[in-house]
Amino acid sequence: MIDFAVVDMSRLQFALTAMYHFLFVPLTLGLSFMLVIMESIYVMTNKPVWRDITRFWGKLFGINFVLGVATGLTMEFQFGTNWSYYSHAVGDVFGVPLAVEGLMAFFLEATFVGLMFFGWEKLSKLAHLGVTFMVAIGSNLSALWILIANGWMQNPVGSRFNPETMRMEITSIMEVIMNPVAQAKFVHTVSAGYVTGAVFVLGVSAWYLLKGKHLAVARRSFAVAASFGLAASLSVVVLGDESGYALTDNQRMKLASLEAMWETHEAPAGLTLFGIPDVAEHRTHFEVQVPWVLGIISTRSFDGQVLGINDLVDTAKIRIQRGILAYDAVETLKTERTNVQAREQFELHKADYGYALLLKRFIADPRTATPADIDKAAYSTIPNVPAMFWLFRGMAGLGFLFIGFFGYAFWRASRDRFEPGLFLKLAVLIIPLPWLAAELGWMLAEIGRQPWVVEGQLPTFLAASSLTMGQIWTTIIGFTLLYGTLAVVMVRLMLSAIRHGPERSAPVPAQPGAQPALQPGGIIPLPAE
Amino acid sequence: MLPMFLDYETLRLIWWLLIGVLLIGFALTDGFDLGVAALLPFIARGDEERRLVINSIGATWEGNQVWFVLGGGAIFAAWPYVYAISFSGFYLAMFLVLAALILRPVAFKYRSKRPDPAWRSRWDWALFVGGFVPALVFGVALGNVLTGVPFALDSDLRSTWSGSLLDLFSPFALVAGLLSVSMLVLHGAGWLSLKIEHGPVLDRAKRWGTGAATASVVLFALGGAFLAYGDFGFRLAGPEVTDGPSNPLLSGAEAAPGAWLDNYSKHSWMLIAPLLGFAGPLVALFGIRARADVPVFLGSSLAVIGTISTVGLSMFPFILPSSVMPEASLTVWNASSSHLTLWIMLIVVVIFLPLVLLYTAWVFRVLFGRVTTAEVRSSADFY
Repeated sequence: MIDFAVVDMSRLQFALTAMYHFLFVPLTLGLSFMLVIMESIYVMTNKPVWRDITRFWGKLFGINFVLGVATGLTMEFQFGTNWSYYSHAVGDVFGVPLAVEGLMAFFLEATFVGLMFFGWEKLSKLAHLGVTFMVAIGSNLSALWILIANGWMQNPVGSRFNPETMRMEITSIMEVIMNPVAQAKFVHTVSAGYVTGAVFVLGVSAWYLLKGKHLAVARRSFAVAASFGLAASLSVVVLGDESGYALTDNQRMKLASLEAMWETHEAPAGLTLFGIPDVAEHRTHFEVQVPWVLGIISTRSFDGQVLGINDLVDTAKIRIQRGILAYDAVETLKTERTNVQAREQFELHKADYGYALLLKRFIADPRTATPADIDKAAYSTIPNVPAMFWLFRGMAGLGFLFIGFFGYAFWRASRDRFEPGLFLKLAVLIIPLPWLAAELGWMLAEIGRQPWVVEGQLPTFLAASSLTMGQIWTTIIGFTLLYGTLAVVMVRLMLSAIRHGPERSAPVPAQPGAQPALQPGGIIPLPAE
Repeated sequence: MLPMFLDYETLRLIWWLLIGVLLIGFALTDGFDLGVAALLPFIARGDEERRLVINSIGATWEGNQVWFVLGGGAIFAAWPYVYAISFSGFYLAMFLVLAALILRPVAFKYRSKRPDPAWRSRWDWALFVGGFVPALVFGVALGNVLTGVPFALDSDLRSTWSGSLLDLFSPFALVAGLLSVSMLVLHGAGWLSLKIEHGPVLDRAKRWGTGAATASVVLFALGGAFLAYGDFGFRLAGPEVTDGPSNPLLSGAEAAPGAWLDNYSKHSWMLIAPLLGFAGPLVALFGIRARADVPVFLGSSLAVIGTISTVGLSMFPFILPSSVMPEASLTVWNASSSHLTLWIMLIVVVIFLPLVLLYTAWVFRVLFGRVTTAEVRSSADFY
């Protein structure tokens, strides 16, 4: 029988380790491309100040990157250690993007990142820029494959359940790769990473400007961050991943619950700005709505309906009833592999097989379900509505804040206005916010996927390993202590590196006949600032 | 639809080989990083010597470590049952490995960021843990795989594991663990022979290498004796279906002490693997005695290849035998991904693995040459 305490603790551990991992990922994604921009300017203009800039942000990049790599190790193996049944049930599909990520992306970034730090004196300027570019491409490709894997959990296309092996198997890799949910997630997530990188660089530069230190580096970095950040913050909102929300029942449920929309409204539905969701009464108090907006955004039309939670629960009831027939057929096929009748019954209802498994939360054998059990199982498809409602408003609110913030920063940078003042102080203070927005976004996506680990196919409570509470407590405490210590060490090192500031290139003594452009790392005397 | 050129049986065999190649790739590349880290506190005295040793692997350990991550990902994609059952079964052992490997990157990167000797010494010990613990646990885990692990499957193919962390440390598993440590320490010494300047540090590394090579030979022989006379070993029972659905409940296997040596009498060419397992450390010993550097690394590499191949070939076609439910043992034929997934993954590997090897070789070439104390003193980029 399923031990629900083990399931809950496994979820807690996954949330802790994944959210901790994602403290380091966004900065890697954003900063790696900003390093490419900065180093490109260095290669094109040959001004040593841009080398200093690249090396300085590269140093901070390194302090962050290493923890992203270290905590990523846990992620690669945690599906096996803690989500053993999940790994069996979907490994045939889900393992593919993970393996491809290792081969195509992680190898690229990890192999070149060493050279990025150790290669300044060993490579020509252009070759070094190429190396930095490989690190950025590698990190971003890595995000692509991970989000293809995650997108498949939200919208499991290109696969089918095979009763002979009791697992999901790939039918089309192209569908898995081109999954619209995955594509939307990828653009949204890397853009969020770019915003994080830009806020970080802008904030640290603002701090130098306030202190009147390292002005040459700070002004240029400020300008790069302001323009990069403006583009990124627009993209993260405009290309938000709402576009995938009309695709499946669970995605529809996610949309309805983050809007706390209990009833189906007439098309086009309004967007709720504010309200107090009431789970017991299935209604939302004090709603403030903008007419039409939700229907247009999520269905890309004026007449597409956005289904409410109550209607989606009714759909779930029907799917559970059909799922029981599929479940019955699978149980027969386990002992009579060639039973043609059971095979036909399975083929007829296989799309709803996963819905029958929802009943296992309440009864051991879904075939014995009463109408009351089916009702309970159907209601279990509603995620935590108040959490969804507020997480979404937190994330989206921050998204719009960043657009305004970078818009103003860009305007100031383009006017060369770097004088200390309220805005620069603000720029320092908002440094933590993109991380907050990113974590809210992940919580929204993953809480919204509940009760499924793979939408419509496998409920989360069936996916965990058969572990003991002692084992899970040991690792939760272990990871918390280890990660906590590393976080303290990392933040201290980061702050001390920022306090220390960028190093200035030592002017190279003029050598008769020496061509500056040919020197590795090309250090040329600083022109007067 | 993707055109398919290979049948299921062939693909399953190819993937057994590929996973073997990946694991050997991991042990050959990251293996010397683990060995060097495990040697660090014993061969390097004082900060400058420590930094000499650390920077011999400083620029490349990160890429090497990807072999480990890729090994995990490839096992997930090609052998989902193995990924699911072994990692959840070895739960606390996996945590030990992960914790140690998480310390390692941080130790590399953060160690030299502050001049404080206490700070640096703490991270040096973290590096030691990050080298020694994974080396030991990998060996112990492989030892357990050879003796069979206590998992059972129900009709949904959900696995349950009966056994705790301490149960993993049987006498044979300890022999395997120590063999893994001595082999990787030797490999670390082999790498240092190529990568750091001649001097007291290298002399000490070679002295440890001598001990490690000797231990490798003795432990490898001892392990062989266990295979021959121990109470473990498995063989297939019933008809051997090589292209059926991947469902361990549909095939048969039984416990058969000593059966791990059956393959060698059936296919005598396989003996080349254990021969390499013995010859490798001896070549390394010869290199150390003859004051030649290349043979040390060559020998340790051969030892790694020979030893891991021996494990794979002895067990073939088994991957993860079960000691409590032998008929559910995982084999090459019943635990793989679907035909299509194996095919897709093969295409990906054929395209990207050569690329990876190519740019890894380029990076190693750029960084070619021995690390010297003078460089450690002057370079701003070093750890």
